[in-house]
Amino acid sequence: MATETIAHNDIHSEEAGWKGASRPFKASYGKLMMWYFLVSDAFTFAGFLIAYGSLRFSMPTWPVPDFVFSTFPGGIEHKPLLFVTVMTFILLASSFTMVRAVQEGHQENKRGVVKWMIFTIIGGLMFLSCQAWEWNKLIGEEHMTITENPFGTHVEAGEYLEGDGHHIEAGTTFKAGESYLIHKHDGEWHPIEFKVTEGPDAGMVKEQVKGPKAFGALFFFITGFHGFHVFSGVVIMLIVTVNAATGMYRKRKNGYEMIEKVGLYWHFVDLVWVFVFLLFYLL
Amino acid sequence: MGHLTYGESKALATKTILILAVITVAEVLVALLGKGYLKEGFEMNGALLGGIMIIMSIVKAYLIIFEFMHMKYEIPGLVKSVLLPTLLLVWGAIAFTWEGAYWHNTRNKIKDKNEAPVQEVGMMADEYKIEQIG
Repeated sequence: MATETIAHNDIHSEEAGWKGASRPFKASYGKLMMWYFLVSDAFTFAGFLIAYGSLRFSMPTWPVPDFVFSTFPGGIEHKPLLFVTVMTFILLASSFTMVRAVQEGHQENKRGVVKWMIFTIIGGLMFLSCQAWEWNKLIGEEHMTITENPFGTHVEAGEYLEGDGHHIEAGTTFKAGESYLIHKHDGEWHPIEFKVTEGPDAGMVKEQVKGPKAFGALFFFITGFHGFHVFSGVVIMLIVTVNAATGMYRKRKNGYEMIEKVGLYWHFVDLVWVFVFLLFYLL
Repeated sequence: MGHLTYGESKALATKTILILAVITVAEVLVALLGKGYLKEGFEMNGALLGGIMIIMSIVKAYLIIFEFMHMKYEIPGLVKSVLLPTLLLVWGAIAFTWEGAYWHNTRNKIKDKNEAPVQEVGMMADEYKIEQIG
C-alpha cells in the first residue's frame, strides 16, 4: 500500500520528499488540506455573518426573529423558535451519526460505516427539506424576496384603524418594537393604517412601511449558502457511501480515512449552523 | 481515536452529543424566557441575553471542533495553524459591529437633518465673508 511504502522511505532524501514522504503535522495530505479548506470556508461564512451583524446594527429597526420565524408545519403559528430548534436537532443528530461512521471506519467495519453514513445522509436530506419548507413559506406565502422585505417593525405604540384580513382587526393595539407582516394580494401590497397613541406624533395616522431590504437579502444568501453546503455534503456522502459499500476504502487499509475527511466537512457545516442559528434566530 | 479504545470513543461521542443537545435546549429556553414568551417575569436585558447565548454557542463550537472533528487529538502545530488565523475573525466581528453602530448614528443624523425645518438661505440677500466660507 502507498502509505506503507512511504513509511519505509527515507523521509530526508529529496526524492522521497517530492513524493510526499514527509507528513507535516503527522496528518495525511488529504486531511490537512481539508482542514485548510475549512479555514478558508470559515472566512467566507464569517464575511457573510459579519456583514449581517454590521448591517443589522446600522438599521433603525430590524424584524423581530421570533415574529418572522414562528410557524410550524401543520398550520401551527406563533410558536417562536420551535421549527428551527427541530432543524438544529436534525443537524446535530446527523453530526453524531457521522462520528459513529468514522469510528466504525477505524474498526474497518464496512457494514457499520455504510449503516451510519446512510443515517447521516437521511439527516442531511431532512434538514434540506425543512429549509425548503421554510423558504417556500417566506417566498410563496409571505412574499419576501432579496429586494423586498414585508416584515416591518413599529417604532411607536398605536392602534390599528383597519384589519388586514389575517390576525389584525380594527382596534388592535401594539407597542413600539412589535413586528408586523404586510400582506400581498393579487400582486399588490396592502399596508394598513394605524393611529399613533404615544410619543411626539401621538394622534397622527400612519401606514405600515416595509422593513429593511437587507433582511431578505442576508437571510436568503446566508441560509442559502449554508444550504448549498449541506446539499454538497449530501452528494459527497452519497458518493463515499457507495464507494465504501463496494469495498474501495477497505482495500486502502487506512481506517476509512475518506470517511473521516468527509466527516470533517460535515461537522463544519454543523458548526456554521451553530452561528447561523445564533445570529438569525436566537438574537 | 489514538488514546481511546473503541468503546471509550463511542461513549464519549454519546456524551458529547447529549451535552450539545442540552446546551441547545438551554439556549432556546433562555431566549424564550428572556424575551417573555414562556412566562412573565424573567425578562432580561438584551445585551445580557445576547452575551449568554454567544457564550453557549462558543461552547458548542468548541465541542464540535475538539470532540467531533478530533482537534483534541491533533498535534499542537496543526491546531495552531487552523485556530490562530480564525482568531482574526474575532477582531473582524468586533470592528465591523462597531462600524455598524457608527452607520446607525449617521443614518439618524441624516434623518434628523432631513426632518429639520428648512432655514432660509438666499444667495442674493446674504453677504458672504471669507471667514464664513473658509
